[in-house]
Amino acid sequence: MIKNKSILFNRENLGDCLAIALNKNPQDILMEIRESNLKGRGGAGFPTGTKWMLAAASLANKKYVVCNADEGEPGTFKDRVLLSDFPDLVFEGMVISGYAIGAQKGFMYLRGEYSYLLKQLNDQLEKMLKEKRLGKNILGKGYDFEIEIRLGAGAYVCGEETALIESLEGHRGEARNRPPYPVNTGFMGNPTIVNNVETFVTAAIIMSRGGEWFTKLGTGKSKGHKLVSVSGDCEEPGVYEVPFGISINELLKMVKAKNAKAVQVGGASGYCACEGEFERQISFEDLSTGGSIMIFNQSRDMLHVLRNFMEFFVEESCGQCTPCRIGNKKLLEGVEKIEQGDCSLSYLRELIELGKTMKIASKCGLGQSSPTPFISIMTNFEQEIFSQR
Amino acid sequence: MDKIVKDNRAPVSQKPLVMAKVDKDAIGATVGIEINGNPYKVMLGTTILEACRENNIHVPTLCYHEDLCLAGVCRVCVVEVEGMNTLQAACTFPIINKVKVRTTSEKVRKARRHVLDLMLSEHYGECYSCHRNGNCELQKLAKEYGVDSYKFGHIQERRYKIDRSSYAVVRDMDKCILCKRCVRTCIDLQEVGVLEAINRGDKTKITTFMDKPLAEVVCISCGQCINRCPTGALKANDPSDEIWNVIDDPSKHVVIQTAPSPRAAIGEEFGLPAGISMTKQMNRALKMIGFDKVFDTNFSADLTIMEEGTELLLRLKKKLVEGDNNVRLPQFTSCSPGWIKYIEHFYPEYLDYLSTCKSPQQMFGAVIKTFYANENKIDPANIVTVALMPCSAKKFECNRPEMNASGFKDVDYGLTTRELAQMIREAGLFLPDLPPDTFDEPFGEASGAGLIFGATGGVMEAALRTAYELVTGRVVPFENLDILPCRGFDGVKQASVKLENVKPEWSFLEGVDLNFMIAHGTANAKKVMEALVRGELSNIHFIEVMACPGGCLGGGGQPIPTSPEIRKKRAEAIYQEDAGLPVRKSHENPHITYIYEKFLTEGPCGHLSHKLLHTHYVKRGKYIG
Repeated sequence: MIKNKSILFNRENLGDCLAIALNKNPQDILMEIRESNLKGRGGAGFPTGTKWMLAAASLANKKYVVCNADEGEPGTFKDRVLLSDFPDLVFEGMVISGYAIGAQKGFMYLRGEYSYLLKQLNDQLEKMLKEKRLGKNILGKGYDFEIEIRLGAGAYVCGEETALIESLEGHRGEARNRPPYPVNTGFMGNPTIVNNVETFVTAAIIMSRGGEWFTKLGTGKSKGHKLVSVSGDCEEPGVYEVPFGISINELLKMVKAKNAKAVQVGGASGYCACEGEFERQISFEDLSTGGSIMIFNQSRDMLHVLRNFMEFFVEESCGQCTPCRIGNKKLLEGVEKIEQGDCSLSYLRELIELGKTMKIASKCGLGQSSPTPFISIMTNFEQEIFSQR
Repeated sequence: MDKIVKDNRAPVSQKPLVMAKVDKDAIGATVGIEINGNPYKVMLGTTILEACRENNIHVPTLCYHEDLCLAGVCRVCVVEVEGMNTLQAACTFPIINKVKVRTTSEKVRKARRHVLDLMLSEHYGECYSCHRNGNCELQKLAKEYGVDSYKFGHIQERRYKIDRSSYAVVRDMDKCILCKRCVRTCIDLQEVGVLEAINRGDKTKITTFMDKPLAEVVCISCGQCINRCPTGALKANDPSDEIWNVIDDPSKHVVIQTAPSPRAAIGEEFGLPAGISMTKQMNRALKMIGFDKVFDTNFSADLTIMEEGTELLLRLKKKLVEGDNNVRLPQFTSCSPGWIKYIEHFYPEYLDYLSTCKSPQQMFGAVIKTFYANENKIDPANIVTVALMPCSAKKFECNRPEMNASGFKDVDYGLTTRELAQMIREAGLFLPDLPPDTFDEPFGEASGAGLIFGATGGVMEAALRTAYELVTGRVVPFENLDILPCRGFDGVKQASVKLENVKPEWSFLEGVDLNFMIAHGTANAKKVMEALVRGELSNIHFIEVMACPGGCLGGGGQPIPTSPEIRKKRAEAIYQEDAGLPVRKSHENPHITYIYEKFLTEGPCGHLSHKLLHTHYVKRGKYIG
C-alpha cells in the first residue's frame, strides 16, 4: 500500500494504458517518453526515452526487455508494493516498451526473496494472455510479446543491469564491461533494455496521462513523482509517493520522525545526510535515491550504522574487481580500527582517499557507490564518532 | 572444414568484447583520438590499450593477456576518458568515436597505486621465497609504482592450503590476485573448464569443481594456466631437488633426454629474445651440472615415427585390404600427454582411435632401461632417467602406473624448461656464455624430423617424410622436404598427399589421397572430436593433436611469458635448426636402423615393440570418484 494520497500511482480516471499505447506507432511512444523526461527509477536516473531510442535504433532481429525486480538495495521495498498492487501496469509497461523498441520477449528478474509473489504474478500473466493483452496478436494489433519471470538467487550485485543479464543467461552474477552497453549488447548479445519496476509502471501511466502532464510534476531536471520506502526511526514508516524536490525536513514531517540525526538517502550505497543538510532535496540534481530513505535518531551510533553497511558490501561485492573486493574490506577494517580506538586520523584520510578511488575505478555501480556511506558518515559525523571513543 | 570452424562456441566465463553495432561502411575506418594531448589515428573498434601499445604509450596491465578474452577486473590499466565520470579499463574500452584519453593523470596514478596497494595487502608471502621472483608481473608493477611499504597492511597468515595433489600443477591460492587468467585459459583457451571462481566478495577464490584437489578433477595437466599466471600462485610440480640428489649420488647413473622445444626457448630464461636455439650450450650445461649422459629425445621421436607410421599403414591395410571394420580410422597421434588425458576424460569412448604408441619421452625411458642398460652393462635399477620437457603433463605421464613395461619406471622425473633454467642458474652457469657441446652417443644424432615434433604439425610432417618414402620409394614431393601445409598456427589444418606409383607391397594404396588434419590446443581438438562424433571424418586417415596452443613449443613448462609472437619465434628457431641438419628423415637416423637390427629385431610394431613402446589408455570420464 502506498501510504499517502497518490497522484501518479492513482488509477482514478486512468485509461487503458496498453490500448492507448498500441494505438500509437512505436516512434510516437518513444517521443512521448522522451518528452516526459522520465528518468530511470532504479537510482541511476538514466533517461528512459534515450535508452529505449538507442535500443529501437538497433537493426538486430532479436531484442529483449528486462524488468529489474531484484530490489536488493537495503531499505528499499517500494517495488514490492508495485508488484503487489500494480502488477498489471508493470507488465503493460514492459509490453509497451517492447512494442516501442521492437522486442518480442521480456523477462522479469524477480528477487529471490520475493518468490512468494511469483504465483500472483504468473496468475496476472495468465490473465493477460487470456485477455489478449499478452502473447500473440496483442489486442488485435498484430504485435507479439511474451513475458517470462526468472528468479534471482539473492546476490545484491544482480541488481546491477549487466550482472543481472549474466545471471539471466545462467552465469555467475558478475558485472560486464561497459561499454558496450546492454542497449547494444545485452541478453545473449542482443540489444536489451533493463528498467526498474517503477519505471515501467510510470511509463505505462504516461501513456494515459500524457508526457506533458508528467513534466508538470517534480523539479526542473527531475520530472514526476517518486516512490520512496521510508524506514528507521519514525512513527509511520512505509511507502510514500513524493514529488521530486521534496526536502528531507518535509519528508521527516510526513513520516512523523522526531529527533532525527541522520538520513541515509539511497540505501546502503547512498549518501548519509546530517541535520545541517535536511533542507536538501530529494531529486536527481541533489540527493538521488532509488527509493530507500533510512532515518536515524539521536540515540543511534553512526559508526555502528556504518559498520552495518560495510559488512553488507564486503559480503555482497561480487569479488571480481580489485577496488571493490578488497577496498570494501579495508574500509570495514578501518571501522573496526576506529571502534578499537587505534585508527589514526591520517589513516582515516587515506581510507577516504581509497574510497574516492573505489568510486571511480571499480568495474560496476556496486563498488562505485559502496564507499559513499563511508565517506559521508566519516565526513559528517567524524567529530561525534571520535569523541565517543 | 567449414562446419568444424563454425562449431566454435562462445567463451563461457567472461565474454570477449562484443563491439557495439557500427555502421557497416564505417568498419575499417579510422578515427582520430587524443592520448595525453597528442593526436593519433586508430582503427575503429580498437581498444584504448591497443591504441596505446600501437603508439608506444605504456599502460600497465595484470588481468589482460594477449591469448585470452577480456576481463577488465584487475583495474590496473584504468585511464581517464574525457566526459566520463569514472575511470575506464583501457583493456576493454572500445574506441568508436573521438575520445580524449589521459593515461597518467593524477586520478589515474592514484587509482593504480591504490589498486596495487590493495592487491599487495592480500598477497601472501615474500618475494624472496617465491619461484617467480624476478619474473612476476605484480612485483614488476610494485617496482614501477615505487611501492616501499604496505599501505593497507599485509596478510600474515595463510588462508588456503597449497594443493600439491597433481603431478603437474601446484596451486598456492594465497598468492592469487584473482585476475582469472587461469580461469579464462582453462575454459576459453583450452575449453577444459576445471577452474572457476566460487564465493563472493572477500571470500572469492579460484577453485575446482566442488573444491576438490586438482588431481581429482578433469584437469588435463597441460599447465597453460601456469604460463599465464602473473604471480607465483601456479607452478609446476618441481622435482629438481630430487634430481640434484640422484646426481650427487655416485651409485646412480643419471641420464637426461632433452625434447626439441626446451632448447628453442630456454634462452628466454636468460634474457635472450625468443627464437634463439640453445641446443649446444644446453648440452654443455647439462654435462656441467653432472648428468652422466645427455641424449636427444629426437631419437625416440624418430622411433615414434617408425612405430606410429607403421601402425597407420597396418591400420590402412587392415581396413582397405582385409575389410576389417573394427579398425579405427582416422588414427590420432599420442605424443601429447595433455591431449591423452583430455580424450580420456572427455571422449573416453573414442580411445581406440588413438595410436597405441607411447610418447617419445616414454619410449626413450623404456629403451634406456632395457637396450641401453644391457649394452652398457648397467643395472637398470641404478639408472635414473630424467626427461627435459616443455611440458607439465609429462610429469603426470611418467607417473602413469602402466609406464613400466621393463620392470622399471620408464621415466623417473619430468623436468620443465623453467626448472632446468633454475638448475643451471643454481650451478652458477650463464647459459648463453657456455661453449657448445654435442649430445652423447649412442642416442646423440637424430633427424630434423624428430626435432620439428616441437611445433604444431611437426609430427605430421615427420610422419609424411617417412611414410611417403616407405610407400613410394621417393621423397615427399615438397621442396627441401618442407611440407608447408603442416606448418603455421591455424587452429585446425587439413591437407592431403596423393600416393602414386607405389611400391608393389603397398599396391592397395595406389592412387589414395592420404588425408590428414592437425589441431593444437584442446579447444581445437574438441572441434575435431565433435566432427568425429558427428561422423564427418570418415575420409581422414591421420590426425595430429597437441594439447597446447602452438604445440610443444607453447607447452606448460616453457618460459614465461608466452604470446602468439613468442610462439612464432620459437617455431622459427625449430624449423631453422631442422633445415640445417644432415639427416632430416626419421628412417634415415642411423641409430634407428641400429636399434631395429640389434634389439627390436621384429621391426616396428613387432612383439618387443608392443611390450616396450606401446601402451593402453584409461577410460577416465568426467566424473571421478
